[in-house]
Amino acid sequence: MRDHPLVQLTLARMREFYREPEAIFWVFGFPIVLAFALGIAFRNRGPGELRVAVLRQSGDSGVAAALAHAPGLSVAVLDSAVARLELRTGRVALLVVPGERLVYRYDSTRTESQMARLQVDDAVQRARGRADPVRVEDERVTEPGARYIDFLIPGLLGMNLMGSGLWGVGFSVVQARTKRLLKRYMATPMRRSHYLLSFVLSRLAFLFVEVAALVGFAWWMFDVGVRGSVGALTFITVLGALSFNGLGMLVASRARTIEAVSGLMNLVMLPMWMLSGTFFSYARFPEVMQPFVRALPLTALNDALRAVMIDGSPLARLGTPLAIVTAWGFASFVVALQIFRWR
Amino acid sequence: MPAIRCTGLVKRYGDVLAVAGLDLAVTAGECFGLLGPNGAGKTTTIEILEGLTPPDAGDVEILGLHWTGGAETRALRERLGIQLQDTQLADKLTVEETVRLFRSFYRSSHTVDEVLALVELEEKRASWVGKLSGGQKQRLAVACALVSRPELLFLDEPTTGLDPQSRRQLWDVIGRFRAAGGTILLTTHYMEEAERLCDRVAIMDHGKIIALGTPGSLIASLGAEHVVEFALADGAAHAPGVDELAALAGVRAVRPAPDRTALTVAEVHRAVPALLALLERRGAELSLLATHHATLEDVFVTLTGRQLRDA
Repeated sequence: MRDHPLVQLTLARMREFYREPEAIFWVFGFPIVLAFALGIAFRNRGPGELRVAVLRQSGDSGVAAALAHAPGLSVAVLDSAVARLELRTGRVALLVVPGERLVYRYDSTRTESQMARLQVDDAVQRARGRADPVRVEDERVTEPGARYIDFLIPGLLGMNLMGSGLWGVGFSVVQARTKRLLKRYMATPMRRSHYLLSFVLSRLAFLFVEVAALVGFAWWMFDVGVRGSVGALTFITVLGALSFNGLGMLVASRARTIEAVSGLMNLVMLPMWMLSGTFFSYARFPEVMQPFVRALPLTALNDALRAVMIDGSPLARLGTPLAIVTAWGFASFVVALQIFRWR
Repeated sequence: MPAIRCTGLVKRYGDVLAVAGLDLAVTAGECFGLLGPNGAGKTTTIEILEGLTPPDAGDVEILGLHWTGGAETRALRERLGIQLQDTQLADKLTVEETVRLFRSFYRSSHTVDEVLALVELEEKRASWVGKLSGGQKQRLAVACALVSRPELLFLDEPTTGLDPQSRRQLWDVIGRFRAAGGTILLTTHYMEEAERLCDRVAIMDHGKIIALGTPGSLIASLGAEHVVEFALADGAAHAPGVDELAALAGVRAVRPAPDRTALTVAEVHRAVPALLALLERRGAELSLLATHHATLEDVFVTLTGRQLRDA
């Protein structure tokens, strides 16, 4: 029986991948390590105690006593030099200078200092007998999907689809070119389409493991769920993987050395790492940048993944981001085929 | 119909004329060698014939077909076995997986077992390519070329950089293919390889063929079968002149070189005593005296004035 060349090429791709321990780590292990580290670092533990200081001079004990019982504040009485240093380095959020008129010394651009300003003033005024005219009551809720980890996991998934899509194709193609293996294949009756298709097939084979590992870990460790359908999530990840395969093919289409392709990869990926809302919302970037940011394939992919995982959107509502992802992939494939250097 | 026929091949890389108008015809069933120093244009020529490099000018006909692209090219590729000079096969695949991959590209082919037996790599079938020795890698490269049961085998410097034992093993593989009726075009810069394997050789220099024939006829064209080389202990002080040497009994040609002088001679038993007598008269002292049968290397040196290896 004759082996089909597409099957053999795909098997070769897969073998070369899973026999490379480093590649296994970067594709499967790294996103999980990243999710774990960031999930722990940014877990929602509420605002911690705010550290404030009172300058050691006459009247300090009265102020310190007023602040001592305020919830969420920890108070220290410090000498002038120490106080100045701690304020400058952010170890205390605010410094109270006692006197006839109290002075609050703080950096108004820091959120913590702003909060300290409100809480300290509240405590001081109440201690001096301020009465609140309205009775209020606190009701604390935690919405599922509102935590940082819920935002982060779809972003990591998107970033991983980009990274493994680009590296998987780019590295193998350029390595085959530098080792003259591509030229050797050209000396056989092998069909070029089979060669290129083998990258897509081997990518899809590993894609499911890759997605399941990260989503499963996030669910097990942080209770991050998928609100939308698993079918929609699968569709989007496959589309994203294929699109970045196309981009990888384009990046690798001409490069003759590993160094050149690595540079190109980073050139393509770096803007998306920063701009596409993987680790923080791209809404933070100025309005004028928004059309550019939204046109990036990773931005569109991340939006679609978040819509399905966090909001439970159906695919029908994700036309725009999915069209952007598809367009990037399709255009890259077409151009790559035109300019591909086969030797 | 010749297996390979090309006329007026020209290939230029920038200012360098790699192939400068080359005509060649290789008969089916023969082993033909392109012999020449590095940079002579051997690899460019063989890659043009293999349809991998388009020539700037000239016609190529392989097994009666042409590199026109499309169906004719594919049909031709099915019938050729090609080993390229600098291919590195994937390190992380096993020998068997590599052969199976190449095998899958062809419509008719040897089984994996057959081809591993041909190159005597059966016991390495489960080893990663990256773990093979240089000679084993090269035999695997030839296995990938043989897997298609080719009619015509192209080998570009198949034994360069191999130790003598690996080289002999590969010569056996090539010899068996030749004995089974296959046609071979190989390039080499080892004259003993060309003499041992090839029915005919073309000596290339600067993109041109400067001599063509059987190894025996090329050596015979020197007009003498032996080479006597000598060097003097005190350098040029007492060295005899070229005219004096040429006049010695049985000497056909004199090639002076900085480190040694070579005489092409028909009869060693007459030339050597005459040489010793001449040196004795001039008071020169020998530091080296050696004789060998004339080789293709001597043909090359005679034609170009340069050594093959450092040309």
